[in-house]
Amino acid sequence: MIRLFVPGDSSARSVGADEVADALASALPSAAIVRNGSRGMLWLEPLVELDTPEGRVAYGPVSVADIPSLVSALQSGGAHALRLGITDDLPWLAGQSRLTFARVGVIDPLDADEYEAHGGIIGLRACLTRGAEHVIEDVLASGLRGRGGAGFPAGIKWRTVANAVADQKYVCVNADEGDSGTFADRMLMEGDPFTILEGMVIAGLSIGASQGLVYVRSEYPDAIRRMRDAIDVARGRGWLGADVLGSGVAFDVTVRVGAGSYVCGEETAMLESLEGKRGVVRAKPPLPALAGLFGKPTLISNVLTIAAVPYILANGPQAYAAFGVGRSLGTQVFQLAGNVRQGGIVELAFGITLGELVNGYGGGTGGGTPRRLPARQRTRRPDGLRVVGRCRRNARARWGRRLR
Amino acid sequence: MSQEWSPAAAHAVLDGVSGPGPVLMALQALQEAFGHVPSDAVGLIAEHFNVSRADVYGVLTFYSDLRSTPPAAVEVRICMGEACQAVGARELRAQADTATAPDCDVRHVFCLGNCALGPTAVINGTLLGRASGESVASAIAAARRTS
Repeated sequence: MIRLFVPGDSSARSVGADEVADALASALPSAAIVRNGSRGMLWLEPLVELDTPEGRVAYGPVSVADIPSLVSALQSGGAHALRLGITDDLPWLAGQSRLTFARVGVIDPLDADEYEAHGGIIGLRACLTRGAEHVIEDVLASGLRGRGGAGFPAGIKWRTVANAVADQKYVCVNADEGDSGTFADRMLMEGDPFTILEGMVIAGLSIGASQGLVYVRSEYPDAIRRMRDAIDVARGRGWLGADVLGSGVAFDVTVRVGAGSYVCGEETAMLESLEGKRGVVRAKPPLPALAGLFGKPTLISNVLTIAAVPYILANGPQAYAAFGVGRSLGTQVFQLAGNVRQGGIVELAFGITLGELVNGYGGGTGGGTPRRLPARQRTRRPDGLRVVGRCRRNARARWGRRLR
Repeated sequence: MSQEWSPAAAHAVLDGVSGPGPVLMALQALQEAFGHVPSDAVGLIAEHFNVSRADVYGVLTFYSDLRSTPPAAVEVRICMGEACQAVGARELRAQADTATAPDCDVRHVFCLGNCALGPTAVINGTLLGRASGESVASAIAAARRTS
């Protein structure tokens, strides 16, 4: 029996992945079709992959009209005009350092066994054996900084919330990915939701929180559904719930949906929205780390920040800090979009130049004319990189104040 | 399809909303059930959760997703994020404006997270990448058939 992969990612679906999957299912009734996340080579979507002993072989971009001619090639991984080669050997992918996105596009996003087989839950188990104090030390030592824009050291924020004394604390993940040109959070939620949940559990156990919330924007219905489904699966596996992996400690996660307000991507406006109120920016201090959601100490984290945590716990802070330059350690998930020839997700160590990203990975501008290049990256001043759109989130906060 | 509005049906929906800070969730639940949030709902939510009408009204008017009138038969949303504008979203918007029928509600939104495969449109919840005037028109026709 052959095993095929057709992404169920909403970007791939927007260019016909569902129709391709249906056509393949009727042309090859015996084939098992996995709806994986996207490999991130979005200009090649819908990208169909076939499992072979040599590795997965990619064909793309596939349209329904290609299916009749593709069927025989898909029996053996044979030649076809759309054959791209072994997926993992494609230069665009082979050159990347995928830590956070290691499983996106590789596994079935809701298959808990596959998640564990590909390195999942090792970080959570390490967290339980090492203890809260050491986990926070590890996050500090990894050099992980917030990916939401301000680049604040994650470990210091964790310690602040951990040291706060309260009957209830929260972990809130900000998945209100509103800045245009950004879609990494969405792809991670759709392609590997367990990584985000695992990061949240580790954070919750370390700071003493028993409740986690993921605030997802309403423009991402697929991500909302996938996160909710993943929470159900994770509860069934004992990764979430009253007794996380038999440790006796409780942690659970719920998804909250935004309602079309851009300002709510700013952290204090998000808290207001999570409390069911108008998404108006709060004055700081008090810091949310001390008085956040419902006035309780709250760890607010960007999706990509929390999703880097399982790797750090599983492989050690030094392994993560080996990537990057200067004070910008680890990898960053770059999103190439707009008038660029090869749009998609590139995860690399900090230090790559914008030119290498846009002209190398991106293949230059779409029409060959040097006009707009909305290549976005999302942290402040990673060394060697000119920063695009750095002030947006602050602008969002200012705009929120003006509204008030 | 959405249900017919009635206070009893609305209370049944609100009974399913729980947890702290329920106002926004209540409004979202009502909109999902009835397609919109009628003005009667403000007092109903206020009473149900023991909050002021002003609090409910404030939330209802703040969020652009929440609507107090029923939606059009076909809802067309065209992404005007920079990434989509760089590949022709403005031209698509102009085409959609001139080509659509009165049962269509065409609006723009900012970023649907499909930035690498723009221009992007959403027609009654179906995401359309590399959208063109023709693909939007055929998606509208498909939406009419199913609605």
